[in-house]
Amino acid sequence: MGADAQVSMTAPRLLHPGAWWLWAVALAACALRTTNPVLLCLIVAVAGWVVVSRRADVPWSRSFASFLRLGMIVIIVRLVFQILFGVRVPGTTLFTIPEVTLPGWAAGVSLGGPVTVESLMAALYQGLRLAAVLACFGAATSLCSPYRMLRALPTVLYEAGVAVTIAFTFAPQAIVSSRQVREARRLRGRSDRGVRAWTASALPVLEGALDRAVALAASMDSRGYGRRGSSSASVRRRSIGLVLLGLVAIAVGSYGLLDPGAPALFRIPALALGAVALLGALVAGGKSSTRTRYRPDPWVAPEWIVSLAGFVAFGSFVIVGRLGDALSPSTNPLEVPAVPFVAVVGLLVGTLPAWFAPHPPTLASTAAPLVVAA
Amino acid sequence: MIRFEHVTITYPEATSPTLFDVSFEVPEGELCLVVGVTGSGKSTLLRAVNGLVPRFSGGVLSGSVVIDGRTTSDVAPRDLADVVGVVGQDPAAGFVTDYVEDELAYAMENLGVAPDVMRRRVEDILDLLGLHELRNRPLASLSGGQQQRVAIGSVLTAGPRVLVLDEPTSALDPAAAEEVLAALTRLVHDLGITVLIAEHRLERVVQYADRIVMVPGDGRPVVVGTPAEVFGESVVAPPVVELGRLAGWSPLPLSVRDARRVAGPLRDQLASVGTEVFSRAVRSLGDVVATTDSLQASYGPITALRGVDLEFRAGEVVALMGRNGAGKSTLLNHLVGLREPAAGAVQVMGSVPHRLSARDVVRVAGLVPQDSGVLLYHDTVAAECSASDRDAGLVHGTTRTVLDRIVPGVDASMHPRDLSEGQRLGLALSIVLASEPPLLLLDEPTRGLDYGAKQRLVEVLAQLAADGHAVVIATHDVEVVAAVADRCIVLAEGEVVADGPARDVVVHSPVFAPQVAKVLAPLALLTVHEVELALAAASDSSYS
Repeated sequence: MGADAQVSMTAPRLLHPGAWWLWAVALAACALRTTNPVLLCLIVAVAGWVVVSRRADVPWSRSFASFLRLGMIVIIVRLVFQILFGVRVPGTTLFTIPEVTLPGWAAGVSLGGPVTVESLMAALYQGLRLAAVLACFGAATSLCSPYRMLRALPTVLYEAGVAVTIAFTFAPQAIVSSRQVREARRLRGRSDRGVRAWTASALPVLEGALDRAVALAASMDSRGYGRRGSSSASVRRRSIGLVLLGLVAIAVGSYGLLDPGAPALFRIPALALGAVALLGALVAGGKSSTRTRYRPDPWVAPEWIVSLAGFVAFGSFVIVGRLGDALSPSTNPLEVPAVPFVAVVGLLVGTLPAWFAPHPPTLASTAAPLVVAA
Repeated sequence: MIRFEHVTITYPEATSPTLFDVSFEVPEGELCLVVGVTGSGKSTLLRAVNGLVPRFSGGVLSGSVVIDGRTTSDVAPRDLADVVGVVGQDPAAGFVTDYVEDELAYAMENLGVAPDVMRRRVEDILDLLGLHELRNRPLASLSGGQQQRVAIGSVLTAGPRVLVLDEPTSALDPAAAEEVLAALTRLVHDLGITVLIAEHRLERVVQYADRIVMVPGDGRPVVVGTPAEVFGESVVAPPVVELGRLAGWSPLPLSVRDARRVAGPLRDQLASVGTEVFSRAVRSLGDVVATTDSLQASYGPITALRGVDLEFRAGEVVALMGRNGAGKSTLLNHLVGLREPAAGAVQVMGSVPHRLSARDVVRVAGLVPQDSGVLLYHDTVAAECSASDRDAGLVHGTTRTVLDRIVPGVDASMHPRDLSEGQRLGLALSIVLASEPPLLLLDEPTRGLDYGAKQRLVEVLAQLAADGHAVVIATHDVEVVAAVADRCIVLAEGEVVADGPARDVVVHSPVFAPQVAKVLAPLALLTVHEVELALAAASDSSYS
């Protein structure tokens, strides 16, 4: 249709969700390839900068902060585990906690002992890596809502949609109903703070979330979700089988690409197999499905820029990884991490979406408040 | 178009069927109103139209529901999506997508409508329901009335022949409700769509209805007929019909216009009585219980309250009115200390509510929230009552005593979920009242209540005010305001735009005036009960 031709570079619109997710996944892949704290902090900064410049004025755009908080928790937990149970690395001892001798069946697990700067730094780097990956996913979810991504997926994958839609709506709704339940506790004269308040509210929150899940499923069904076209059961089974095979193969392939120790078969061949299987499912499913799409998102210049920016960043990390070991700075002996120039340039390219992605549409009028107080 | 043949529906673990041997038929192009007391099975009936009951609810349906020639037991709801559109009580719970346009297109995408047709239909529906300014808005940013219209639009785009709506205006302010109902009548008249609609506030819809299905709910058969036929004997009737019965008008008027045309003699008769008997006995006001001093509140960048100065006194019933999103709930939340003021101050009984501990705050102010069910989370009524006594540090049995005063005879072993709407509200109210807070706040207490339950609530509130509580109700229900409020505050955009005796505030407002006031204007009578009293006074004076 002619709509694609009219898309201008600057007019406010929502970017294709696939572009945001490709960009975010590429950044997350960068993070997974390194333990260099400087680069990891840069990745978080890049993700944060793009989120701040291009997120829409919608409730889910605030999820980036929650992902950052989750990242902090991950780092703290990683450090505490290192202090209590971590492998004892020789080096500069900071302090010593009493060692517990464990019975024979728990051999290999150590509890307590000297805590060294080196071991803490190694744990910090690893925690930081996970936090950076979380920040990348937080960026993707705040830049485009999960539902829009789901909608952009091929029709065959969409068939798994009821479960996925409900899963996506569960967390935000659980947050809303847990606030309600805690307020209700306060109205009844019970404390709304502390561990007991949280545990006591778990059951009503789950109940409420389940009720809403059923209501949502009923609404989807009564609006025609999951209507079968003329396809036979065997065709459907075949395409679902292909989808499962494709997803597993792609998962294995991605793991192989990220873990340098994985066998070669688990890298490109697995990815290729997955792609072929998904393509086959797409063809089979496309024939049987009657679904159509309303105003599909165009894929034009800004989409290319955003996704390529992610790939350039990833590419720069691959190159740096080939050239030396700047991506995994040594913690034993402890040294100041080197800052590889190529990776920094790559990450700078990764910030391009902050300028080249279109602005999201703002709330058209000020007639209604964003939060309905009723 | 819709045919129920001997339909009996029994939910799992229920001892008796919710609907028993229901048979009726709705021809094409009619607006059919389903009425009945709370808990009589109206929602069950509506959800049975496209088979959501029993497919999503469990239970057994015997008999058959035939819709456009198809029996629901043979066809899944999804395969009826092009024939029936269903909008539930809470529109937001049914939203699947994030943006208005996507939501409107969702059903069409599932039906496989061609892209260019989809594009055109979305535009048509945007115009038909006046949603074009909202097309790019996230659903979460819409007000209640806007959400309701989007929910209706999202089923209309699929081009259904039948539209089923469960209380579409219960959460809406009077103006937004008018907007939705006007859109519905347009659909019936312009497109010939068959509409089946359940509603408690009959005063809003009855004049649009071609046919009424009354579900008595106590095992008696359903009554089907024209509005005038059904309301001749119905236990639920809008105020204008009640007034018609009192005055002995025949045929019974269904709209304010009909009633006004025949009300001339009644107005003359009432005008001859002095105005003093019209006014409710003024309650003696006690001390100031709560004050707000240039109270401001905000959610992120949005200001919800802008400098609100108010005073609430013991012994008065205050109605808080205003559009959806005008700041009514926000004000109540501040009075009970759920929120901290952005600026300004709140004081209740000399203390600042949000600084008090949970246990202390319930002694000064109690709030029954909009969805009173969230206060209840034990599995029996008895457990709720004893937990409430324990929480507030009261003598065992206090809550139960309060409950018996408000709604006598609730079975202590019942699950709160299985209580009727009115009983559940009564239970929530008694939990809040058990610690005798001087300030009692209720947020939309009449949502989902039938006229009888509302009448009992009104009596309870009047009694509480007489006992010296300050009662504040946030509500859209003008008839309840007319029946119980002494004072009325109207909020708009977070500011107080009117504050005065309820009679003065509501009687001349085209939006907030109750039906009786509209029929009898310029006389300042608000309820059928007041007319009754005035008539009694008139006949007394004519004898003497």
